[in-house]
Amino acid sequence: MNFWKALLAIDRRWIFLFVFLALAVPMFLNVDFDLSISREVQGLYDALDKLQPNSKILMSFDYDPPSAPELQPMADAIMKYCLKKKLRIIIMGLWPQGPIQANMALNRAFLEEDINRDDYVYGVHYVNLGYQAGNEFVIQRMGSAFYEMFKRDYTGNRYEELPLMRGIKNFNDIDFSINFSAGYPGTVEWVQIAVDRFHVRLGAGNTAVQAPQVYPYYNSGQVVGLAGGMRGAAELEGVFARFDGGTVDYKDKGTKYMLSQTIAHAVVMFFIVVGNIAYFVIGRKDKLKASK
Amino acid sequence: MGSDLIGVWIAAFLTLGIMSFLYKDNPWYKFSEAIFVGLSAGYWFASLFWQSLHAKFWANWSPAVQSLFQGQFDYNLLYTGAGILGLMMLLRLIPPIGWISRWPLSVVVGGTAGLYLINYLVSNAVRQIGSTIQPVVTFPESIGWINSGGVIIGNVLVFAVLIVSLGFILFGRNTTIDLPTPTKLFFFLIALVACALGTFYSLSMPLNLTGLIIFMGVFCGLIYFFFSKEHTGFFGGAATVGTWFLMVTFGASFGYTVMSRMSLLIGRIDFLLVEWLKVVN
Repeated sequence: MNFWKALLAIDRRWIFLFVFLALAVPMFLNVDFDLSISREVQGLYDALDKLQPNSKILMSFDYDPPSAPELQPMADAIMKYCLKKKLRIIIMGLWPQGPIQANMALNRAFLEEDINRDDYVYGVHYVNLGYQAGNEFVIQRMGSAFYEMFKRDYTGNRYEELPLMRGIKNFNDIDFSINFSAGYPGTVEWVQIAVDRFHVRLGAGNTAVQAPQVYPYYNSGQVVGLAGGMRGAAELEGVFARFDGGTVDYKDKGTKYMLSQTIAHAVVMFFIVVGNIAYFVIGRKDKLKASK
Repeated sequence: MGSDLIGVWIAAFLTLGIMSFLYKDNPWYKFSEAIFVGLSAGYWFASLFWQSLHAKFWANWSPAVQSLFQGQFDYNLLYTGAGILGLMMLLRLIPPIGWISRWPLSVVVGGTAGLYLINYLVSNAVRQIGSTIQPVVTFPESIGWINSGGVIIGNVLVFAVLIVSLGFILFGRNTTIDLPTPTKLFFFLIALVACALGTFYSLSMPLNLTGLIIFMGVFCGLIYFFFSKEHTGFFGGAATVGTWFLMVTFGASFGYTVMSRMSLLIGRIDFLLVEWLKVVN
């Protein structure tokens, strides 16, 4: 068997091993990436930056733990920024585990020295309305009355007992919305109903799989900013670190694991290129043999 | 702390069990998979029961029925209709009268179709068409009306050329336009002047290459899916260009998918190295 045929016949488990090593080994390295910021992520930052303190921001956590490696770094970075900027945060979820992921982001943000937990009162500065079943129909109903969908919050407090929610009837009382989405229901439904029907200003954080589906909404202005996948998370961490004075440590897992992503992609591309070369070389030799 | 430690060890055991499939199918993998499927089914059953059936139906319908017995009418009694439709859905489990389940299904399909008709038309058709057809040259705010006129003419000419090309592609040699020579000359001169003006002013403005590429991609992509005319000649060439655009799109989606899957694997490796083995900070 010649070299190229041996290459094509390589056991796929070797490739798995190479990819695993490409992902795992860089985790032991402490490399600080300075990524270029795409206009989509810059758009998301600009939209947040323009908000005045005490502006009301609605965050919908529409994902669960399997998608957390991509979306949690985004959620962590945005949560830190919003708390530091003293925005009033309203959390909800169209996925059952979403509000739990939101609490994790809150707890991580409160670990920062510049974000003192004692300065933020639950129900006044931030609130977690919890999960609501009903997918896009929840968004539809929120367009007329938040209260109808969230009569009690995540911990069982009544809607009217939460000072932050007293002045909020529907989307008209929200200054900006962010959706962290891993599929259905997610950004597509938020765009179709909240944006196009109720004129909500929306930013989105998506898994990489979903990002190509959401890009057209960015080009058409239906979402003002977009962060896609771990690269988007790393860019978000970078843009916050660059423009927010460095008092809060934004750079976390998104940035840290971009080295693993980069090397793993290089390995995958290497195997694709070598596999194709081998395929064409063998094909050419076989054709030559057949012609003889 | 103790329960956390046990939880981490169980999670690590099951994670490695699932990963062991990459080597080959084995009982450890099957055990982990069965636990995953069973836990997921149990979780979703409990979640749907409490979050949907109880919270959405029972919590609204039950007080309404109690009010009725006390002689008061509550609009939540309308949930009775939803409850009946739900029960009809379950009749699928009784084969002789299983056909009844088609009725609630038709309500679901009809309602969803009605909602999505408008949503998709506005969000995925009208707004997307609007963002596809962009000016080829952009308008700086400072330019005067004369220059603006030039830019408009430039844009109109570019799109006119594309539309005329489309006309020739679709109708080709089947039609001939026979006009008197002076009229042809007049139109030719007008077109020449407009072309010169448009080109002159357009070239002095920033060119929106992205918009042009997107338009060409959509145009050629649509031609690829137009099967009423044979894909030969210029039409075939445009269809081939459409294929390239489609391939680039699929490639971008594939790249993003690879990134997504790598991220998920990073998440599990992160768990193993950071939370379980604690060898990485």
